[in-house]
Amino acid sequence: MKEMTSLERVLITLGHKEPDRVPLFLLLTMHGAKELGMTIKEYFSNGKNVAEGQLRMRAKYGHDCIYPFFYAPIEVEAWGGEVIYNENGPPNSGTPIIHNPTQILKMQAPKVIGNDCLEKVLDCIRILKEEVKEEVPIVGVIMSPFSLPVMQMGFEGYLKLIYEEPEIFEHLMKINEEFSVSWANEQLSAGATAITYFDPISSTSMIPRELFLKTGFQVAKRTIARIKGPTAVHFASGRCLPIIDDIAQVGTAIIGTSVLEDLSEVKSTCNSRLTVLGNLNGVEMCRWTKKEAETAVKNAIDKAASGGGFILADNHGEIPFQVSEEIIMTIAETVRKYGKYTLKKQ
Amino acid sequence: MNNIKQIVNQFEKALLNFDKIEANRLLLAHVDEYGPAELINKIVVQALKRIGDSWQNGSLALSQIYMSGRICEQLVDELLPPASNQRRNQPKMAIAVLNDYHFLGKRIIYSQIRSAGFEVIDYGRKTVNELVEAICNDGIEVIFISTLMYPSALDIKLVVEKLEKERAKVKVLVGGAPFNMDKKLWQQVGADAMGTDGNEALNWVNKMMEEKDERNDIA
Repeated sequence: MKEMTSLERVLITLGHKEPDRVPLFLLLTMHGAKELGMTIKEYFSNGKNVAEGQLRMRAKYGHDCIYPFFYAPIEVEAWGGEVIYNENGPPNSGTPIIHNPTQILKMQAPKVIGNDCLEKVLDCIRILKEEVKEEVPIVGVIMSPFSLPVMQMGFEGYLKLIYEEPEIFEHLMKINEEFSVSWANEQLSAGATAITYFDPISSTSMIPRELFLKTGFQVAKRTIARIKGPTAVHFASGRCLPIIDDIAQVGTAIIGTSVLEDLSEVKSTCNSRLTVLGNLNGVEMCRWTKKEAETAVKNAIDKAASGGGFILADNHGEIPFQVSEEIIMTIAETVRKYGKYTLKKQ
Repeated sequence: MNNIKQIVNQFEKALLNFDKIEANRLLLAHVDEYGPAELINKIVVQALKRIGDSWQNGSLALSQIYMSGRICEQLVDELLPPASNQRRNQPKMAIAVLNDYHFLGKRIIYSQIRSAGFEVIDYGRKTVNELVEAICNDGIEVIFISTLMYPSALDIKLVVEKLEKERAKVKVLVGGAPFNMDKKLWQQVGADAMGTDGNEALNWVNKMMEEKDERNDIA
């Protein structure tokens, strides 16, 4: 079979057919700083750096996406929140911006355009689009309106809000939805091919399905319906198996699954309604040998790649900074070697 | 006498319905029969253990663990006020989040340990040096360290090395998402054990206390 472009490969698997080989999304963020010989803070200080890092990493590993995701707290930074940089890991959110639920009633969502931290992401996407055109998907990212409050007000405060102050919770969702929709659509306008809707709080690791149906599910349906492009719903290592039937109704094409779940069970439950993204163990990846990396890739392909509808990736949506270039290269080479369709049982 | 299993079932159901009134009623109905300490051990700890097991096998969510622990902590505080002589203040324990700003895991473990009648000092968030200094100054025998971010989990190794340098006689129990994802990570960072929930933390403390008692008996 003729070698396809990354975008062709991904589109065919999204159609639940087999492309030339299993698509690989190496969701690399901070590794770009290593490529450019910069600190993580310097690297994320402008869009040009991140665009250059993404292009160099794709040239090196030959994977099937560009990932202009900077760091999770960039969205609370846009709301005036604090970002704490780390020399060897992702920037972290600092003290929450909401100290008291009553603040929510007076809150207004920030504008995306003109917001310095968000504009650097949009710059990055524009540069990347100019370079890669239609060859490879550019995968933008938003935090779901339902999960963003963990950084806005802390996890404990947010759980109390969900359980004890439903009216203020609904108010916060309205504000966050406006922001998230605008943020997603600006990324699409800048050239992103699709948007990853990170929603770890909707995972059944975090809240029970009954509560999800009343909260995160409603938010996802409303939000995703207003995003003007394809989406992937990702639970950032959280479990999703019990809510796959629900996620199939929110209008998304892809579901990111956890290493805590059996990939073949997730694939069969998706039943051609959703493409499965996952689920290499990003934390264990930090100490994998080449042999272990190869085995993990082969196992994932064996479990989920047959018939298409599968993209190999890590299970968290971000490969840790500690994962070596050698292991990333091994993952990429193993997919090229063993991920060719028609698959042979490993 | 009511079957204890039946009471545990009812208590667990009340917790999962976030029904503090019913949970309190169940405890008060049996406090004269068992006494506060035994009641906590037979009902509260057992119900939380079952809830913890369900979290581990994926059938319950973190929010349910959090809300259950919070209710239990409040109820146990009423049965055994912090100054009560029936509270277990040995070994001397503390809990902290290392470097991160994510506190929910610590809050859950803190509630569950206190719900079992133990006292534990809450250090909040500490850096490596701050944590080592606090442990040494307070003569802590068991430190629970919670992390969400992977680099913070790796920094536990620095805490352990500094504690060894200070010859601190403290056991280090770690927990949080990175340890749940990689079951060998706790060994890599030099911890004495890891726990996926409050129940595992409690089991470990109880085992440690039994071993300590055995050593004292031999001596």
